Amino acid sequence: MSAIVQFENVGLRYGLDSETLSDVSFSLASGGFYFLTGASGAGKTSLLKLLYLAQRPSRGVIRLFGEDVVTLPRKRLPGFRRRIGVVFQDFRLVPHLSVYDNIALPLRVAGMEEAEIDAPVSEMLNWVGLGDRGQARPATLSGGEQQRVAIARAVIGRPEILVADEPTGNVDADMARRLLTLFEALNRLGTTIVVATHDLPLMAQISSAQMMKLDKGRLSDPTGSLRYPPRPQVAG
Amino acid sequence: MAGSDRRAAAAARHRLLPEGRVAGPMPWIIAIMMFLTVLSAAAGLGLGAAVQAMDADLAGRATVQIVEANAEQRDRLSASVAAALRKVAHVRAVHPVAASALADQIRPWLGQDAASGDLPIPALIDIELTPGQTDAKVERLRRQLGAVSPKIRIEPHAAFLAPLAGLLSALGWLAAGIVLLMTLATGAVVVLAARAAHDSHRGTIDVLHLMGATDVQIARLFQRRIGLDALFGGALGFTVALLVILLLGARLLATGSELLSAIHLPWESWAILAALPVGGVLLATLAARWTVLRSLGRLL
Repeated sequence: MSAIVQFENVGLRYGLDSETLSDVSFSLASGGFYFLTGASGAGKTSLLKLLYLAQRPSRGVIRLFGEDVVTLPRKRLPGFRRRIGVVFQDFRLVPHLSVYDNIALPLRVAGMEEAEIDAPVSEMLNWVGLGDRGQARPATLSGGEQQRVAIARAVIGRPEILVADEPTGNVDADMARRLLTLFEALNRLGTTIVVATHDLPLMAQISSAQMMKLDKGRLSDPTGSLRYPPRPQVAG
Repeated sequence: MAGSDRRAAAAARHRLLPEGRVAGPMPWIIAIMMFLTVLSAAAGLGLGAAVQAMDADLAGRATVQIVEANAEQRDRLSASVAAALRKVAHVRAVHPVAASALADQIRPWLGQDAASGDLPIPALIDIELTPGQTDAKVERLRRQLGAVSPKIRIEPHAAFLAPLAGLLSALGWLAAGIVLLMTLATGAVVVLAARAAHDSHRGTIDVLHLMGATDVQIARLFQRRIGLDALFGGALGFTVALLVILLLGARLLATGSELLSAIHLPWESWAILAALPVGGVLLATLAARWTVLRSLGRLL
C-alpha cells in the first residue's frame, strides 16, 4: 500500500506560544485504519487540523495524495479538501439548514447535479437511522443524532481520507458500535480512516487498526506498538 | 441540466445563507441613500438643463438702450437706431420694445405714474445677433452706436443673468458632488454590511471552506444576497424619489415663473436617473464580492 499521508518533522506553533506539535513524523498507508490517541491537550485536534488542511504547519513537510500541501498554492486547496471527509468534534452542522441539506452539502459544494443528490442523501439518512428526520433542523436533534448527521455529511462524498475527531463522544455504546461498523465498511471500500479518540474499548473493536499516540505535542510511538491491544506494526 | 434541476440547485445554494432579506438594516439604508442620490442627481441634471436652456436662450441677445430725457428726441433716435440696426449684417432681428410694455413692466414698482410720460424712461430695442462670437459683435455694435450718440448703450442679455447662471451651475456641480459622495457612502455601507455578514456567518463559511468550497462559490452567496438587498432598497428609494420629483415638478410649473420652469428634466436625464438603481445594485454586488473575496483570502 502506498502512503496517502506523510508528515516529516512537522511543527505547529500558534502565535508566540511554544510548539503545540513538535517533530511529528509518520506516514499513513492508503486504505489504512488509524486511531490517534493521547491526553487532552496533547495536540490531537491540532494534528487533525493539519491533516484536513484547516491549518498550515510552522515547519516541516506534509504530503497528501503525494503532493506537498505546505507549499501548495491556496487556490488548489479546495480540490484536496474535497477528497477529505471530516467529522468535527463539535459537529459544525449548519444550523439553518435541514438535516437533509446538511448531509447534501459536500455534494453541492462539489457541483453534483441536484437530480443525483437525492438518492445518496436518502440512503445516508437511512444508514445513520435518521430517515424520518430529514427536514428537521440540527437544533431539534439530540447530541447523538447531530453526531450521526455530522458523520453522514463527512462520508457522503466517498472521501479518500476520513478524519474524525472524537466521533463517538456523544453517542451510546450501541450507536458507537454502529458508527464503527460504518467506518469499517468505508475502510473496506478503500477509504483511509483516521479517528482521534480516548475510547480504548472502541479501538479494541478494530483489529486491523493501528494506533498513534500523541504526548505533549510529540508522537510518542509512531510504530503502532502502543495500539490497544498492542500490535507492533509501522504504518506506510 | 434541466431547468427544474437548475432551479432546485439554485434554491439549494441560496439556502446556504439564512433567509432574512429586508429584515436587516441594509436594504433600508440603501433605500434612503438611493432616495437622496436620485434627488441630488435630479437637482443637478435639472439645474444643468436650466443653465443650458438659459445659455441657449440668452446667447446672441442684447438690448439697446436710448437714454434720452427728451421724449421726442428719444423716439426719433430710437427709430433711426432701429432702422440702422436692421441693416447690420450680423443682426438677425430687431424688436423695439413698445413704451406701453415698458410701462407695464415698471408699474409694479412706480405705480400708475410710470405711464404718465413725465418720467424719463429709456427706449429699449431688443436685438438678436447671428450665432457665434457674440461678445465681438456686441463690442462692434457698441462702437458703431457710440459714434452715433453717446446716449445709446448696448447690454448683452447674458451679462444680466451671468451671476444667476453661475449660481445654478455651481448648484448643479454641488449636486453632482453629492451624488459622488452618496455613491462612495453606498459602497462603504455595502463593504461594512458584507464584512458583518461574513463575520456573522463565519461558522457556515468555515464548514463550506473545509468541504472544499472555493472562494468564488462562497462569495457568490454573499453577492447574491447583498445584490437582492440593494435591488429592494434601490427600487424603493428610486420610486419614492420619483414621486417627490414629479410632485416638485408640478409645483415648479405651478409657480408660472419662466426661470423656475426652465428647471426641467429632458428624457436623457430620466434615463440617467433610471440607471442609478441599476448602478447601485451593480456597485453593491461588486463591493460585496470584493469584500468577501478579500476576507476569504486571509483564510487558509
